[in-house]
Amino acid sequence: MIRYLNLLFLVLLFTLANHALAEIAIPPLKSHVTDLTGTLSSTEISRLEQQLVDFETQKGSQIAVLIVPTTQPENIEQYSIRVAEAWKLGRKGIDDGVLLLVAKNDRTLRIETGYGLEGVLPDALARRIIDEIIVPEFRQDHFFSGLQAGIEHITRIIEGETLPESKPAGGTNLAVENIIPFLFIALVLGRTLQSMFGKMAGATITGSIAGALTWLISSSIAVALLIAVAIFVISLFEQTGRIIHRGGPGYRNWPGGGFSGGSFGGGFRGGGGSFGGGGASGRW
Amino acid sequence: MRKLLNFLTNFLAPVSLLILVSTLSGCGYNALQSTDEQVQSSWSEVLNQYQRRADLIPNLVNTVKGFAAQEKEVLLGVTEARSKAGSIQVSPELIDDPEAFAQFRNAQGELTGALSRLLAIAENYPQLKSDANFRDLQAQLEGTENRIAVARNRYIKAVQEYNVTVRSFPGNLTAMMFGFKVKPNFTVENEKALSTPPAVDFGAPATAQ
Repeated sequence: MIRYLNLLFLVLLFTLANHALAEIAIPPLKSHVTDLTGTLSSTEISRLEQQLVDFETQKGSQIAVLIVPTTQPENIEQYSIRVAEAWKLGRKGIDDGVLLLVAKNDRTLRIETGYGLEGVLPDALARRIIDEIIVPEFRQDHFFSGLQAGIEHITRIIEGETLPESKPAGGTNLAVENIIPFLFIALVLGRTLQSMFGKMAGATITGSIAGALTWLISSSIAVALLIAVAIFVISLFEQTGRIIHRGGPGYRNWPGGGFSGGSFGGGFRGGGGSFGGGGASGRW
Repeated sequence: MRKLLNFLTNFLAPVSLLILVSTLSGCGYNALQSTDEQVQSSWSEVLNQYQRRADLIPNLVNTVKGFAAQEKEVLLGVTEARSKAGSIQVSPELIDDPEAFAQFRNAQGELTGALSRLLAIAENYPQLKSDANFRDLQAQLEGTENRIAVARNRYIKAVQEYNVTVRSFPGNLTAMMFGFKVKPNFTVENEKALSTPPAVDFGAPATAQ
């Protein structure tokens, strides 16, 4: 038994050590193009950015470019899926995200395809875009034109696919995006109830309503309790009015398409798409 | 005041129910259920991807045969490994039975090895390597091996979470009561060997030189 435990411990240590080695930081997702190597000039970055923002507004799919110096000690596939999982490119449920990852010093690159695009952008096609479009440019150190041509190809292929309109599907599930208008409504309700029943009682009632609703919608008790407490605390605060005002523009943006709406405000984030390891890698 | 009472009865009921349910889930039953469900769904994804690989093989073997028919041994190795892996009955109980699970794991591992040998010999046939059909198949196989690696990693994590729930208090008592058992997992050594997509190791570096 003790020997077994020891073995288990060793295996555990080994996995832990592996994990520790594997941890290269994933940069935060701030815009469509992230260059950690300083390869692209700022004009080039903004041109690619514009290309991708336009495509997202038009089609709804999120494509992001990441250039890192190296993915070592992981191989590019392992790093790529970690980035894709963290960034959650593509819309939730539609999973129409693509990550174009370049590891400059390793001279490797990868197209990571979201679940929803595996049909229109199969591995063989991704491989061809890498081998025939991007790699020839990269071999001559033309990083910008390689990326631009690659992105253009990918967008043209995705354009051929009928995807849902560039709006959230109006889901039954409680995504983080849906919480913003929810909060807004709750706060307005809180103010009304507070003027009816007084501060404490009003806040309690609002909190309970919010909690019960969240529970019904998300069927997660933890989330429901959290929301109930949060709403209660927020309702109690004096600056309710100010919070509502600040919440205002966010709310107005929301029906316009949540995720793409975000990219106009300067911030860009993933829409909740998932990846399963599809795509292709190449080297130059 | 009556309004207030109304509100309290209407909304205190769900709240107290909520508290009741959350204490019930304190015994770990819900955690067991949800982690078990997670294991099941990640397992079907693993199977799905292995199946996808198996479906690619006949086409790949035929294409290689067209250019390198003399490599009978390697080609036969792949075909045999495929049928061996395919002959294992994949029942839902498989993931609860360490022995059957190991058998499944080994059979798939052998197939991985046979496939990497096939791709390695492809390097010796320039015509094969430049064949568009072969290149597409190779890309698909690489992609599938990567999907398998991703699915396996997710499965490993799901089983870890489940096993921790089954082993730790108070989940262990609930698990004993309802017959939840620790599940076997993909092992680390095995993981290392399999998570390396064959074509990346054998194909790409060689062409780069």
